Amino acid sequence: MASFKPTKIPVYPKLGEKVTQDTLYWKNYKAPVQIKEYGAVSNIDFSPVAPHNFAVTAFSRIHVYGPFSQEPVKTFTRFKDTAYCGRFRSDGQLLVAGCEDSVVRLFDVSGRVALRMFKGHTKAVHVTDFTSDRYQILTGSDDYTCRLWDIPNAAELSTYREHTDYIRCGVTSKLNRDLFITGSYDHTLKVFDARAEKSVMTMDHGQPVESLLLYPSEGLLVSAGGRYVKVWDLLKGGQPLVLLKNHHKTITCLALGSNGERLLSASLDRHVKVYNTTTYKVVHNFDYAAAILSLALAPDDESIVVGMTNSILSIKHRKHTEESKEMMSQQRRRPSYRVFVKGKNFVPKPDDYLVSKPVKEHLAKYDRELKKFNVSKALDASLEIWLRKKKPEITVGVIKELDRRGTLKNALAGRDEEQLSQLLHFVIGNIVDTRFAPIILTAAEMILDIYKSVIGQSALIDQQLLRLQNILESEINLEQELLEVLGMLDTMFATSVTRKEVPYSDVGRSNGLAQGEASSSRPELFRPPEIK
Amino acid sequence: MVEQAEIRVVHQGGSNITFREPAISSDSRFLLCASGHNVKVFSTVTEECVQELRGHADLVTGVLLRPSNHLQAYSCSADGTVRLWDFTDGILIKTYVIGYPICSIYASASHDGVIFIATPTKGYKTLDSLQLLAVHLPQTAGQLVETSDLSAVLSDVSANPATVAFGRAGEYVASTNGVQLQIFFFKKQKSFRFSLKENSCSGRSNTFTCVACHPTDDCIATGHEDGKIRLWRNFDQKREYTYRTLHWHHSTVRALCFTPEGSNLLSGGVESVLVQWRYQQESQQDFLPRLGAAITHIAVSPDGALFCTSHSDNKIVLIQSCVKVSSIIQGLVKGEAVQTDLMVDPRSKALVLNGKPGHLQFYSLQRDRLLFNLDVVQQEFIHQEGLDQFQVVMATLDGAGAWLATVEERKQETAEAELNLKLWAFDEPSQSFVLNTTVSTPHEVRITAVTFDPAARGQTSLLVSCGRDGLFKAWRLAVPAHPDDGGPSWTCDFVSAYHGLTPQRCCFSADGSLLAVGFQEVVTVWSPASWELLLTLSQPPGIIRDLCFGRLSCSKFLLGTTSSNQLCCWNLLTCSLEWSTSMEVSLLLADPLSDNMAAFCHQDGNTDLFVFKPSEPRPLFSQKAVCSGRVSRAVFAPREVALESCEESSQWLNRSQLYFLTPLMDLLTFSTRAEEERLMTASKQLVVDDSVAMTPFQLLLGKRRPHHQAAVEDPAVRPPADRPVPPGGSAAVRELLQSPAHVLPAAAALCSVFMEALLGVATETRENETSAGETPSDPEEEEEEEDSDQEMETRATRPERGLLETDSADPVLSRAQVRELRRVRKLDHSWFSSLLDS
Repeated sequence: MASFKPTKIPVYPKLGEKVTQDTLYWKNYKAPVQIKEYGAVSNIDFSPVAPHNFAVTAFSRIHVYGPFSQEPVKTFTRFKDTAYCGRFRSDGQLLVAGCEDSVVRLFDVSGRVALRMFKGHTKAVHVTDFTSDRYQILTGSDDYTCRLWDIPNAAELSTYREHTDYIRCGVTSKLNRDLFITGSYDHTLKVFDARAEKSVMTMDHGQPVESLLLYPSEGLLVSAGGRYVKVWDLLKGGQPLVLLKNHHKTITCLALGSNGERLLSASLDRHVKVYNTTTYKVVHNFDYAAAILSLALAPDDESIVVGMTNSILSIKHRKHTEESKEMMSQQRRRPSYRVFVKGKNFVPKPDDYLVSKPVKEHLAKYDRELKKFNVSKALDASLEIWLRKKKPEITVGVIKELDRRGTLKNALAGRDEEQLSQLLHFVIGNIVDTRFAPIILTAAEMILDIYKSVIGQSALIDQQLLRLQNILESEINLEQELLEVLGMLDTMFATSVTRKEVPYSDVGRSNGLAQGEASSSRPELFRPPEIK
Repeated sequence: MVEQAEIRVVHQGGSNITFREPAISSDSRFLLCASGHNVKVFSTVTEECVQELRGHADLVTGVLLRPSNHLQAYSCSADGTVRLWDFTDGILIKTYVIGYPICSIYASASHDGVIFIATPTKGYKTLDSLQLLAVHLPQTAGQLVETSDLSAVLSDVSANPATVAFGRAGEYVASTNGVQLQIFFFKKQKSFRFSLKENSCSGRSNTFTCVACHPTDDCIATGHEDGKIRLWRNFDQKREYTYRTLHWHHSTVRALCFTPEGSNLLSGGVESVLVQWRYQQESQQDFLPRLGAAITHIAVSPDGALFCTSHSDNKIVLIQSCVKVSSIIQGLVKGEAVQTDLMVDPRSKALVLNGKPGHLQFYSLQRDRLLFNLDVVQQEFIHQEGLDQFQVVMATLDGAGAWLATVEERKQETAEAELNLKLWAFDEPSQSFVLNTTVSTPHEVRITAVTFDPAARGQTSLLVSCGRDGLFKAWRLAVPAHPDDGGPSWTCDFVSAYHGLTPQRCCFSADGSLLAVGFQEVVTVWSPASWELLLTLSQPPGIIRDLCFGRLSCSKFLLGTTSSNQLCCWNLLTCSLEWSTSMEVSLLLADPLSDNMAAFCHQDGNTDLFVFKPSEPRPLFSQKAVCSGRVSRAVFAPREVALESCEESSQWLNRSQLYFLTPLMDLLTFSTRAEEERLMTASKQLVVDDSVAMTPFQLLLGKRRPHHQAAVEDPAVRPPADRPVPPGGSAAVRELLQSPAHVLPAAAALCSVFMEALLGVATETRENETSAGETPSDPEEEEEEEDSDQEMETRATRPERGLLETDSADPVLSRAQVRELRRVRKLDHSWFSSLLDS
């Protein structure tokens, strides 16, 4: 006696994003904390030392936030105009910032007043950074120059006038105190050595360069400009390695995450994309409410901070496993589970006599009814609210099985208003789903056949039927439009593709025997006719 | 023709075992069923076939236990004989020649020496009109008995054997035909007829389908086409008869049976549910559902403990007391039509074809056993007539047997046909196929052909499918991009069409470097490596029906058959037609192990076979009228051991064997004379060499056999079947030693016979020898005359002693010794039996 085979529920390919390790990792953040700043957030920088405060440059202020605080722990307001590029020194003690008024200010993190003012640029300074020996400052300005300053005596050390447009990004080497790289709106990246008079390397990005990033090993340089991210191999003399075209608006900011294993890019198209730095494939995508100007990641990806044009600062903190465990334990544990597993892990002794018990097969409710040929009840069981909402494929599978058994009509018939409205609700919800359409159309036809005599008796049912009609009409219109588009595409493809020489069988002329010929004659070798 | 004598078409395996109702032996240990020309005896415990009773020359149409002897069974056959068998030992006891083809056989315990048979009424050739005859079996000695004492009991009997049943203690016989129930009382010699209306009020047919009689009560149960069961009572009156209707089955009741005590009524039908009705309390029923296929016969063992149901899928299920299926005897499943090609599994060498609905069966031809059923559809099968369910329409195995592709279809005719292509991987640990990939709707419309690349192995496997939608698609095993997405699965690799024509056939060359696809009248040849169209060939008019690449030395040839009855052979090197001939080829087949090709040609309602090499003008072998009808399924099965036949006409059978399915779903094969001779000698050896362990008894009697065999072969000396006294002494001893112990009477009763037989052998042979004079006697014979203590000696020393004694022993007995022996024979040995009794 064979056992009952449960209804086969077809597995449909999952639409949308695939769940990978990366999506799980990057989704594991809490709901963002949003803070309103005074203006567009142009730069965010994390302090290299614990507790990893971060400086947010927005309009004429720089706010320093603690890792979990929602209020700034420190504010620098002594700017005459818009401040730019507030950056921490590698010991986290000093902070440098440029300004629209061309003065570069150096602050003590604990103080208020600027320790030093570096005057010399003639236009707004958008780029500031400390060199790795901590005693010099790199600045880049809209007057096309970049300069090195000595911190102790606030003196200008050298000036480079090689760029031909605004310098809007720059980065210093963490390993060598003399090396730094700048990117400019003249589409070039230049590598400078403080010991040399001129730039030592120039690379052409192709678009105005908005952001630069050095890998921790400093062998690779990442530049962002326009809609593209480019990766350059510095050790091979600035050879372009990868071109990433994943944004559809200008990319404004770059950041590294997960110890350099992931690259993040933020763009005016309101997306932050996460790339795998070995394959340079997008592994995750964040959406934000407005165009993004700045982005920074705390060490170990503890938080993602994003500043936007609508002057909102969004901070996402990472969820921790202890917290999620707490959430789990809060769920009520069912006592029945212990009942079920009781004795399951009992290991019999070697000389025990085992009495085997037939394993009882568990069947879903609809299968139990199908086994008893209760077709209406089986359909009812599959139309249970959570099932039809969460797993419509099960309901559709049962309808299909009933159709296969030739009893779908019986199952659909004999329903009262409430049951019928449930059924129609399901049909309306899923009839345009291409995965389910064929079978639900059959069912819908049967429903109309069965219940056409009672149309008009219930307002609820009539309303649902009208909705069904509307949905079908709009679907038909949509299909028609799509077919038209398809036709247009076909003609376009047909005209664009050059005609290929296709071997064409000219039946009856060139090959084979004409009827009545002797079987021993050798037909000619078949050749495709020439295309005129 | 010499060839036809050399090579014969024979049935090989897979015969139907559910043609007639099986019989269960009284001890419930054996099951007898008619199977083709033989009767098979199965053990009910091990499901093995323990005996095959061969002898009938035509289809066996009934098996029945002899009511007066539970160790014997009757079988009847369309060859006009009834045979009586000892089924435990497989001995034919008697053959009764009736002279007319017999359709079924019945017997009743109260009619001693009479059997009832259904034969066609004289003057009618067909099976439409049968009559029930009572045959008085003559009690004469001899194996072949002519019977002439026939008397008609009933006329107008249905051809269905289930429509005749004998009532309580054989007082009456009930028979149904159409809508009429006929009851004949033997004592009163009176018959009653009861009729029902053609159709019941619900418009379904009232026709009787089966009948059963209660063993102790006057009650007849009849089954009807509309699923009703009627219990008839008071049928010995013309007017006051009554019946009660039971209705559970939704379609035809095929089988009915009362248990021996009459406490329960069993019924079965298309639903494949065994229903047990309590007699007198019919509202209570027990069910045994999901038995697998429609029930055609039900039999109950005489003690009522074991039920057995025959099913339409050539299966016998043994059920213990209506609750538990204890064993299943499964023959080769034959559906209405085999839709898949015949294939041979390269691993198990089993034949693969459609089995139960939605299954593929793997049938071992060597062992004549079903190995396993692969559930392809994996859906509950609803046993209901007229329901359109998924069917496996195509299956193909790759060269190594590692992958299996199946195509299943539903609603083949309508537009919304449901199609699934499934790919199964062979799983080493479980030794069966495991589902790997399901492709739903691989083609928009029906699939016309699927084939694997025969040369590819492992990860490079390639499958090609052709569909009515004008496309052919190539499928490849693809490793998923993400390692956590599970194992490799099959994806579509290439899609192509050719001028909107429908591809009908596809075929790979043996090395997998070329793929030929037949698009209606055009053959296109593609390179699977680059998916380039290499060349096209065409042979108008006529649509390509079959395509086949030559093998081995003939691999440069491509053969094709067209619907305009042409068989064409193209040379692929010159891209030209090598030869063509006009013949209606229904099937073209290449032997995988040689360069031979087989073509089945349909001509004048018969099928002819031609075996040829594409490179040679003359066929190697041809046979006209292999079978009637069109052969559309055949396969070359590689032999385990190659034959070494030197006959030119049978050399093509050396490496592989050709099996084919007739339109009537009989599996036939070709066998050579050499092969048959080998089989015959093997079976003879089996008879002679019943290798009994070397016991003292064996030494005592072993070499006697030539003597008593000669005696047995002489019909005059042959003992009668009931065997009261053993005339040929050692034959009796042999019977005694070889028949199973449970068959024998008590040892006490046998003792004296046995002793006498021993003595008798000695004297008789001795006398023979003395009369012959010069026969040198065997050493063993001498030993028989020695004392019993010598017989107890070990086996090792015996032959040497025997050798020594050959010279010394006196070959001739003295008169005194003979006299002494005679005296011993006359002695009363009853004291010995009383000794045993105590």
